[in-house]
Amino acid sequence: MAEAVSNEAINKRLLWSCRRGMLELDLLLKDFIYQGYNSLELPDRKIFKILLDYPDAVLFDLLMGKSIAADEGIASVVKKIRSIATSTAS
Amino acid sequence: MTITRRKFDALIIGAGGGGLRAALQLARADAKVAVVSKVFPTRSHTVAAQGGVNAALANVSPDNWHFHMFDTIKGSDYLGDQDAIEYMCRAAPKVVYELDHFGVPFSRRDDGNIYQRAFGGQSQDYGGEQAARTCAAADRTGHAILHALYQQNINARTHFFDEFFAIDLIKDKEGYILGAMALEIETGEPILIEAKTTLIATGGAGQLFRTCTNALINTGDGMAMALRAGVPLQDMEFFQFHPTGIAGKGILITEGVRGEGGYLVNADGERFMERYAPRAKDLASRDIVSRAIAIEVREGRGCGPDKDHVFLKLDHIGADIIKKRLPGIRDSAITFAHVDPIESPIPVYPTAHYTMGGIPTNHKGQVVVPEREGPEDPVPGLYAAGECACVSVHGANRLGGNSLLDILVFGRAAANHIIGYLQEHRYHRQMDDDGIDMAMARLARWEQQGEGESVPELRAEFRKVMEDHCGVFREQNNLAIGLEKVTALRQRLQNARIQDQSKIFNTARIEALELENLMDIGIATVASALARTESRGAHSRVDFTERDDTNWLKHSLYFEDGRLDYKPVRLKPMTVAPFPLKPRVY
Repeated sequence: MAEAVSNEAINKRLLWSCRRGMLELDLLLKDFIYQGYNSLELPDRKIFKILLDYPDAVLFDLLMGKSIAADEGIASVVKKIRSIATSTAS
Repeated sequence: MTITRRKFDALIIGAGGGGLRAALQLARADAKVAVVSKVFPTRSHTVAAQGGVNAALANVSPDNWHFHMFDTIKGSDYLGDQDAIEYMCRAAPKVVYELDHFGVPFSRRDDGNIYQRAFGGQSQDYGGEQAARTCAAADRTGHAILHALYQQNINARTHFFDEFFAIDLIKDKEGYILGAMALEIETGEPILIEAKTTLIATGGAGQLFRTCTNALINTGDGMAMALRAGVPLQDMEFFQFHPTGIAGKGILITEGVRGEGGYLVNADGERFMERYAPRAKDLASRDIVSRAIAIEVREGRGCGPDKDHVFLKLDHIGADIIKKRLPGIRDSAITFAHVDPIESPIPVYPTAHYTMGGIPTNHKGQVVVPEREGPEDPVPGLYAAGECACVSVHGANRLGGNSLLDILVFGRAAANHIIGYLQEHRYHRQMDDDGIDMAMARLARWEQQGEGESVPELRAEFRKVMEDHCGVFREQNNLAIGLEKVTALRQRLQNARIQDQSKIFNTARIEALELENLMDIGIATVASALARTESRGAHSRVDFTERDDTNWLKHSLYFEDGRLDYKPVRLKPMTVAPFPLKPRVY
């Protein structure tokens, strides 16, 4: 139970970190937290947290496909976020 | 309950460009300055400003600050205060060169001077040839400014309260503002920040409307705090809309799409702009296109299962041109509307973009209210700058490139005035319990348990009402019904409950507090729009289609008790002759 509460707190912290300065990022990251994050393996969760520390403009270019991450792990998580976004019913 | 207290010379609420520019000025003057921000500072909405900042540097075209002043006054549809506009346009080159020195990587010309691009509404010789006045750091100007200012503030030892949500201003019986109560989001604990001066720099309120371009953080928190502290909100009826946002999402689809030959169709497949603007059609001005879309939807010719949008069709342009000239738009459509515009039309609806109204200030950044001597008495210790403020340089309509300029010039001006104020007010004033109790009551209200309405559902309903009744289609009956509805929703919010009563990162509680703020300023917006029986700038009434300078060349002031008052527009600049009123024709 204690672990469940703790996980919930972690998710809420993550959710708040998904509040960004650009609407596009808000929508992409929020959808991913609700629909994709829980199915990530631990290493990818760590990468997702690294991504959240990126400046908004850099994150925007990655998530909108304007640039490609050199790091394979980052590129893979970016792909998963985009995949949730493009498959979510509007 | 013991509340943690901290004391500072200056408290800045909001860490966008305006707040950070002010904080830097203060920290460099050795003031003890704190910045409270509900998100990490470099995630403020300033990052979304891609266009640039206006300054008459004359690097690309002949230009001077007086041309810039004329364009800004004309763009404001003559509701802008000419003294504040003069101040801003004269200060513009200085703030841009300062940014250059702070490390903002402005795009350059071959001769090494800052490159300037042309934007709409910029002219040489008072309405003549196109001017190029906008300084940009590629397409990341807001991001570059924010990061440079943040780094400079770290170097200057500004104290940051990251992820703290400001609840309310603290005001004493003599009317002085003594700081604010805030909530640490991580722990859920309140903190009292006492300050000799407080600057509100919390940005705009695009989240008032269901379809908007603004980030989720733009909930007008500072405007609502000011309203609750007895400050009226000025010119809230003026809200800038773009005609084509992705329906239900708000993401902007630029006019460039229609420039490339894209056009709008309704549910019958009719190219309806031919009826509204037979010559310009889909390239008619923003307000005309926006209103046409809203009318099509209102009259039942909207598309989709809920008939709540129209389609922007570009498949006829051809895959090659779309891929070559509109790649960003295609990606936005695929990502957020789940359609590839090469094959299918994009669902669109007018999207709210910029809050021209806000907390009334003078050109020194002081918050001013009609209280003792006249319509503009400063509230001691209180300042505002940027989109949350109404100084008023944008009047009824903001020009592109002037929003970044506004935050920089008036963030800096407010800080300069604060430095003088601190020299005359060396000690903290005694704080009584009343102000603290009010802020704590606002927090405690959301600790009530039991059954009640859902905050997210009320939020969705409220934003839809704002869009339907106070969006781009404004008419007496529709606005009056809207005012009744938002007032009723505000009442219903009293009975809402949040189920999550945890302390740590309780985002449900923050969203409830944000909704209170939104509803308070939503009522101000609808009431002000209902009262103004003319069309001026972004406020466009279908039942009063002309600008009415005889009766409405004045600023609206909405008070928390529902009262509306007005004050004159400042038509006299600081040092030059006034620009006389003219029709706003381009």
